Amino acid sequence: MSDSVTAQRMSVLSLRRVAAMALRYLYLLRQSWPRILELMYWPTVQMVLWGFITVFLAGKTPWVAQAPGIFLSAVLLWDVLFRSQLGVSLVFMEEMWSRNLSQLFVSPLRPVELVFALLTISLVRTLIGVCGAALIAIPIFDYSIFDLGLPLIAFFTNLIVMGWAVGLVVSGIILRYGLGAESIAWFAIFALLPLSGVYYPISVLPGWVQSISFFLPASHVFEGMRAVIIDGAFRVDLLINAVVLNALYLAAGLATFLYFFKVARRGGQLLQVGE
Amino acid sequence: MPRPDIQVEHLDKRFGDVVAVDDISFTVARGSTTALLGGNGAGKTTTLAILLGLLLPTSGRVTIFGEDILRHRYRVLPRMNFSSPYVDLPKRLSVRENLTVYAHLYGLVRTRDLLDRLAADLGIADLMKRSYGKLSAGQKTRVALAKALLNDPELLLLDEPTASLDPDTADYVRSYLEAYRTRTGATILLASHNMSEVERLCDDVLMLRAGKLVDRGTPEALLTRYGRKNMEEVFIDIARERLLLSPDGEDRNVVQ
Repeated sequence: MSDSVTAQRMSVLSLRRVAAMALRYLYLLRQSWPRILELMYWPTVQMVLWGFITVFLAGKTPWVAQAPGIFLSAVLLWDVLFRSQLGVSLVFMEEMWSRNLSQLFVSPLRPVELVFALLTISLVRTLIGVCGAALIAIPIFDYSIFDLGLPLIAFFTNLIVMGWAVGLVVSGIILRYGLGAESIAWFAIFALLPLSGVYYPISVLPGWVQSISFFLPASHVFEGMRAVIIDGAFRVDLLINAVVLNALYLAAGLATFLYFFKVARRGGQLLQVGE
Repeated sequence: MPRPDIQVEHLDKRFGDVVAVDDISFTVARGSTTALLGGNGAGKTTTLAILLGLLLPTSGRVTIFGEDILRHRYRVLPRMNFSSPYVDLPKRLSVRENLTVYAHLYGLVRTRDLLDRLAADLGIADLMKRSYGKLSAGQKTRVALAKALLNDPELLLLDEPTASLDPDTADYVRSYLEAYRTRTGATILLASHNMSEVERLCDDVLMLRAGKLVDRGTPEALLTRYGRKNMEEVFIDIARERLLLSPDGEDRNVVQ
């Protein structure tokens, strides 16, 4: 065994092992065109639905008429959050469905390396799904979310990080409690939908709900999105709020996943997972 | 005397009130093939899982290659590997894709050449492009063995390596393991229910019952001690808590 290989094998975080796991998930994605189609399917259906609602409301409501892209941007950005969470949780469940977890963790793969691979593939899946829908919106509704410009990068980044954090917590719970808890992956994020002000300003929420919303990075992102679309202003204060909250969320998500991993090693769940 | 590759001291694992492993201690000598025997629920798989770091013990100490597995798991894992018919590889990936992923996880280089050589050795070259999920049990076992040998492990842990295989495939696997040990000097620890396999492959046998280590010795020594003709009879004696024979052929005491 050469020294370089030895060092690489023992390093705390090996990009090579992260890449190996990302490769495993890309192999899976590449093999199945229905999976790729499915990634784009729901975001596109949602986009088309909200596009026609916008067309309808634009003739009735001045608020929508002034900012016709507001719902389309909202639905596409919401899908960034949802798809990134699902990208982490579903791909993690692939390992449980295929009874591969114990094989993985008798190799030198560290849990944190698996996490990085999950985040990487979540990014890829989200880009495929949401970009597909965003591109289709251009010819159908004459609306391009890319017109948001640089703020779009800030919105996208913050939402995907929040989705990762929620996805890691969900994956940890599924690891601990088994595949019987897998439905959490599908509904967990929707509990945050009404609190995040995706389709309406946070100000319409009752005061105590607004207090909860303040602690969600997504609510700052969607407020920021409306500021850009309606007022043409980029709110740095909202961006800072979202970034600080997301840093805490991601740290908490990682810590939760690693905690449940340790609990699973104590309780034997790594041995018992399967279809 | 060389340091043993595996040293287990007062290992204990409890799941609530259930005692899976009960204060067992043993060593496995470098270059040996050792069997971990016992009936269902005796604690074999639990012990293997603790040695692999998949399961945390309640108490006790496990040292592999001189490293405490609880504290320095990642120093040890690159030097060992594992195979079991009870864990799978991703079914939708091809054999080559699966092995490529694991080769990268072990930090191996020139993986294409390595996989081609291993595939030729294990007779799975024709299977490399096929989905793992479409293979027969025997073919899966060969592929799992290829995965377990990717990193030329110095320590190989096997959980029932020939379970559910036809006699021909089982014989092939045993022959391959014998050749691998001879060629590399690797240490092998295997859990098995196949007593002829144990007699053929193993230098040492650890007998477990209800989580306790109740006897140990070479297959020949155990046959003599229990006055039996084959390991299957010894296994049944121990599993059913039958009596040991005294040197003059009289019952001596209950196996503890």
